[in-house]
Amino acid sequence: MRKVAIVGAGLTKFVRRALETPKELSYEAAKTALDSCGLRLEDIDCVAHGTAPDAFDGLHQNGEYMVDGCGGWNKPTMRVYVGGGTGVHAIVHGWHHVASGMFDTCLVVCEEKMSSAMPHAQGFFLTIFDALTERELEPNLLWIFALEMNRYMNRYGYTKEDMALVAVNNKKNGLKHPSSQFKDEVTVEDVLNSEIMAYPVSRLDVSPVSDGGAAVVLAAESVARRITDKPVWIEGVGWSLDTAYWATRDLYYPRYTDTAARMAYEMAGIREPAKQINIAEPYDPFDYKALHHMEGLQLSPRGKTVELLRDGHFARDGNLPMCPSGGLLGVGNPIAAAGTMKVAELFWQLRGEAGERQVPGNPRLGVAQSWGDLMQVSSVVVVGN
Amino acid sequence: MQEKVKVSGGTGLTEKEARSGKIFYTEDSLDCAFAWDTGVAINRYLAEFKKGNIIATECRQCNRIMLPPRLFCELCFVPSGDWVYVKDTGIVNTFSICHVNWDASRIKEGEKPHLPAVIEIDGASEGMGIMHRLGEVEPDQIEIGMKVKAVWRPKAERTGSITDIKYFKPL
Amino acid sequence: MAILERIYRNIDNRYWNPGVKAFPVKNRYTAGVAGQRFFEEIKENGKIYGTPCKNCGVTFVPARMYCERCFARLDKWVDVGTEGTVFSFTVVHKTKSNEPKESPSLIAAVKIADGLLIHRLGKCPVDDVWIGMPVKAAFKPKKERRGGIEDIKYFKPL
Ligand SMILES: [Zn+2]
Ligand SMILES: [Zn+2]
Repeated sequence: MRKVAIVGAGLTKFVRRALETPKELSYEAAKTALDSCGLRLEDIDCVAHGTAPDAFDGLHQNGEYMVDGCGGWNKPTMRVYVGGGTGVHAIVHGWHHVASGMFDTCLVVCEEKMSSAMPHAQGFFLTIFDALTERELEPNLLWIFALEMNRYMNRYGYTKEDMALVAVNNKKNGLKHPSSQFKDEVTVEDVLNSEIMAYPVSRLDVSPVSDGGAAVVLAAESVARRITDKPVWIEGVGWSLDTAYWATRDLYYPRYTDTAARMAYEMAGIREPAKQINIAEPYDPFDYKALHHMEGLQLSPRGKTVELLRDGHFARDGNLPMCPSGGLLGVGNPIAAAGTMKVAELFWQLRGEAGERQVPGNPRLGVAQSWGDLMQVSSVVVVGN
Repeated sequence: MQEKVKVSGGTGLTEKEARSGKIFYTEDSLDCAFAWDTGVAINRYLAEFKKGNIIATECRQCNRIMLPPRLFCELCFVPSGDWVYVKDTGIVNTFSICHVNWDASRIKEGEKPHLPAVIEIDGASEGMGIMHRLGEVEPDQIEIGMKVKAVWRPKAERTGSITDIKYFKPL
Repeated sequence: MAILERIYRNIDNRYWNPGVKAFPVKNRYTAGVAGQRFFEEIKENGKIYGTPCKNCGVTFVPARMYCERCFARLDKWVDVGTEGTVFSFTVVHKTKSNEPKESPSLIAAVKIADGLLIHRLGKCPVDDVWIGMPVKAAFKPKKERRGGIEDIKYFKPL
């Protein structure tokens, strides 16, 4: 396998409701990523793109619809889909294209336009539940997160206040992100006092429905060195899907993340991730989920994560900064684009280009992860400089 | 510290702007419905609900009693063996108190919140939960680990559906 | 095959109608950056605009924000007129739910500059249409126009 580098990245602003069409959002992100490394579309050999449920955009075969905005016109183009896990998985997918030796460059583009879904994107999730054994109960998507969060908290004796600390941390980090849709800092009290949706989930425990796009440019080693003197290498990739019988696995631990992370670390030659990784971008559509994933990513001992969080271990200037981008809670959650945004953040962080959000101490290794489908998939990318 | 993060596009619209008539859009909804075959294993599962039973399948290799029943064990990847009746009691593995409906609309003032739970059914292998609702219980009385029992609809009202069990109530 | 034998004796549930029969959700599609201006021109001025890409020598209709071939941002807008030619057509005998239509109707791909607009053909007997036929957009009266493709009633023979 060939070494693969990230050489460029671009984002749109993440907004509640965008004027742009899904393709236009894709174009903005893709074009920005190309411009960031001085490449033209003709320099791109193939395209890997991703978008989460078609139902949001209201376009069946949304991937095909998006293709021209992703720079896929008349090129080998392939869409990947693993629900919320799509954003990081698209990078894994693009990595395959280049690592295999088939292509020298690959443009990875993810987009989501959730605002198309009316009255609310949540309603469209009814059809992810088993039609015969679950859907008649008229479940809301929040149910499964609330059930998981409750189980997780109960298992280790974590409190809602503990979880709120994550929302506070990430939203604070996100204020400095140019794509962020937020302007105000929130406090633990704000989170605890926000409208209760599905105990234990309150409104500010959740990342917002968003529209946005994100893109990165991948290149094989020989090409990458010609494009930039600061390539960021994809050192390891991993992914895993657990059973769709979600109620039959104990929800307190994300086994899928564990499996995916171990796969990526092995490839990257990382034996002690909690010591070796300098920056973590775990998927955080809900605050508890960031901690849940930190445990699955082997970056925090099970049941001790809140302690580390309270000790400032995961702060931007802590030992292992968590979601320095702001994550989904702090920047926004256009599903597929949000995962790609996390990898883009590592790209900028490892190059020392993250401006006000820069993690101190010249970070060398970062891990990004996204999660989705019926809370069963994780995709993990380890990058280093 | 230099900031080289590249951002372009993502023109935000408020709902008011979107509806101002100045922003052009179309709206559409799919006027269609789906019908699903129950499949082989779930067919029997649902049929047994009509009789007031919960049925599982056993894996002949790992001997898991699997609920919902399935034609094959996804761990061993072998066809399931025998059907096994399990109890209609279980333990609350986790629960939520939900104030929004399936379409994200809020429940009405004074309406009882939804009480979804994962219930590990007695007689199935450890951890074999199903999603259902809780009832006849005050939300603040629910606890993880609580014993519960199915409350069945009257026989004449059962249709062979997961909702033939109205909810689970504390034992 | 113990399980299969038993199953076929229990066929009373083979077909399932969902509890939530209709799925009352909808999608809203914004016209987008380019679409917004494209429909604005139709609505306000009864004009059809395209965006030429000078690198590729292509004029896109409907107007687009970017060239899909070279990824250039397309800032130049040109009035491409309201006339085109029938690039291809079909005679539709069924409704979208596959019921017979009262009378067949014509749908055409109308070529304007380098783009195709899919629209109805009006004022044109089904037997009279031919590929290459020149047609012209028939707009709704201005006050009925809302900023959408339906602001054009149909294309009619010149
Ligand atoms: Zn087995
Ligand atoms: Zn061009």
